[in-house]
Amino acid sequence: MTEMQRVGEVIEASTTEFTAQCYELYHIPPLGSLVKTRDLPLELYGIVCNAATTSLEPGRRPIARGKDETTEEEIYRSSPQLLKLLKSEFGALVVGHRQGDRLYHHLPPQPARIHSFVYQCSPDEVKEFSQSFDFLNILLNAHLPVPTEELISASLRQMSQAYEDRRAFLVAAGKELAILLSGNLSQLKAILGRIKQ
Amino acid sequence: MNERLGIVVSGSLSKGVEVRLDSSAPIEEMAVGRFVTIEGQKRRFFGMITDVSLGVIDQKLTLTPPDVSDPFIAEVLAGTSTFGIIHVSPQLTIGGDAESLLEGPQPVKTVPSHFSVVNLASQRDVELVFGTEDEKRFFIGTPLDMETKVCLDLDVFVKRSNGVFGKSGTGKTFLTRLLLIGILQKGTAVNLVFDMHSEYGWESQNEQGRKVKALKQLFPSKVAVFTLDEEGSRRRRVSTDFVVRIGYDEIEPEDIALLRQTLNLTEASVQAVYQLAREFGDKRWIEATLGLEEGDETKQLLDKLNIHDSTYRNLRRGLETIRRLPFLVSNAPDNTVRRILEYLDRGTNVILEFGRYTDITAYILVANLLTRRIYARYREATEQAMGGDAMPPRPLMITIEEAHRFLNPEVASQTIFGTIAREMRKYNVTLLVVDQRPSGIDSEVMSQLGTKITCLLDNERDVDSVLAGVINKSEFKSVLSKLESKQQALIFGHAVPVPVVVRTREYGSAKSYKDFIPGEEAEVGKQAEKDIEQLWE
Repeated sequence: MTEMQRVGEVIEASTTEFTAQCYELYHIPPLGSLVKTRDLPLELYGIVCNAATTSLEPGRRPIARGKDETTEEEIYRSSPQLLKLLKSEFGALVVGHRQGDRLYHHLPPQPARIHSFVYQCSPDEVKEFSQSFDFLNILLNAHLPVPTEELISASLRQMSQAYEDRRAFLVAAGKELAILLSGNLSQLKAILGRIKQ
Repeated sequence: MNERLGIVVSGSLSKGVEVRLDSSAPIEEMAVGRFVTIEGQKRRFFGMITDVSLGVIDQKLTLTPPDVSDPFIAEVLAGTSTFGIIHVSPQLTIGGDAESLLEGPQPVKTVPSHFSVVNLASQRDVELVFGTEDEKRFFIGTPLDMETKVCLDLDVFVKRSNGVFGKSGTGKTFLTRLLLIGILQKGTAVNLVFDMHSEYGWESQNEQGRKVKALKQLFPSKVAVFTLDEEGSRRRRVSTDFVVRIGYDEIEPEDIALLRQTLNLTEASVQAVYQLAREFGDKRWIEATLGLEEGDETKQLLDKLNIHDSTYRNLRRGLETIRRLPFLVSNAPDNTVRRILEYLDRGTNVILEFGRYTDITAYILVANLLTRRIYARYREATEQAMGGDAMPPRPLMITIEEAHRFLNPEVASQTIFGTIAREMRKYNVTLLVVDQRPSGIDSEVMSQLGTKITCLLDNERDVDSVLAGVINKSEFKSVLSKLESKQQALIFGHAVPVPVVVRTREYGSAKSYKDFIPGEEAEVGKQAEKDIEQLWE
């Protein structure tokens, strides 16, 4: 297996989602992308649903510093401690897991462990995972910090990049959504409008 | 490879099943009349598409239609939120297990389970149902959008009276000609054709003005052409076998009764005919009546018979019309009925051309008169055969055009054709009824027709009368009214296992003639061999 890209570490976890802190400031996986934790023998798959960069200490808010600087980079260069006082975090919605050789598109028996490493999934893994669209149902029913249609369309756009025929993938996903959202045409229209090319 | 259409979603045995189309199955190609198979869990069902409709998953979609100018949206919605529905009426169960393979197709008694897969019927399925061309089966046409042959079981076909219907110009004559050729080719019956427009015996023109051959030219040894109009036939260079002349003595009161409408006779006049026949005798009455002169004698006779003067005048006018028919003579040189029977006994088919006497009076008179006598002879012969004395006569099929004139509710009970249609095959005589106004035919007669072949009909009453008694009538109505006006026909009844829409086989080209004739040549050869063998026995 190729070396996977490690993007962070779990710092908060529940059955339905987990939050991870990035190792590098601003190195956040894109919204809707597929990530996974490796708590062997259980691997948890999540879809990035939310991200934030905040001060390390909740009481200390950053202040504006760039009045005398010409570029943004200058600010970080002149105050290198900033990189250590800020942190980037992202939340991921758990959409499936792998146990042994099998991939399941439903919630895992246990939540992720704290300090589990979080990896970005490779295109091959994304392809394997998106063979089934069952995860769409989890996304539709979750209580999310971002609008559902935004997250679904973002994740489908991300996944489609793993495919050569992106359109065929998006059409197939769209058909699945058309069935799931048969009673909510406005939401369907909103998602289709965001994934069409 | 089967072409998958969709899955069964609902339905019933009496109303047929609803099939939801897959998004990959294009709804615009689902023509009514096409055959499909349904893969049930234990059986395979064979059925026909009888309706096509559009469905949406949510009615809101019809109120706020999506932007389908975007191909992506259109593709996503097709088959999911919007989908096609076809209505299939299952007709037969085929295949499945070994037992059903042995038994062949069976009528359906149940419906396939939910979500059974529906495929377009393959060539093999259609062959399994309609059989292949053989000694008894005649290739009549192909199903819509397929190359498979649909075959009529002519052995079954000729056992009952049959009907060919369709609006004028939809190909009734061509179809009838095809059927006659089939019967000639397979030799399942002998035919007597009352050919009103002289189209079956010798070549005639099709609608494009091209000449097409007819039966005598294709099967010269098996067909005899009789004519009422010798001159006309000679002008058309038809080689006729016999010129028909009918004597007055052959016309019976029943024949006049049948002509009541066309001769505009009153009920009293018809009664008078019977009285006159009793007075003068069945053979002489026409001549005697026509010979009556104005005067006291006649008046006394009429008084004696209690015939009113106006009735007499009415009758006389009618009889004068008959007298003007040139083929009627006071003494016929030969007995036409006997001649026809001789030919029929030999297995030669007889076509009676009317030439220029296309007047309906002549047609009804001659057809009824001849048929009554021929039927009587057949009846005798069959009864003798029942007694064990003789072989039953060859099955005879009589073709009549403008059938509603003979079989309308008012006269059907009186004419011989009504009797034949009702009593059917008991005496080995059946009818082939050709008509464009089936609604004019008595419903009792219609219900007795075994196989009905119908081209396009658009009059509501005609459609109703043709489909009377058919299960799922409303479904077939939509099929029937959507037939193309040329070369397409719906066949249903005894000779086919399921109702079928066919594109009739080609007729008129050199190749089509060849296709009809090889069987004929082979048969002639076989007959010759048989004759030679008998010679040495």
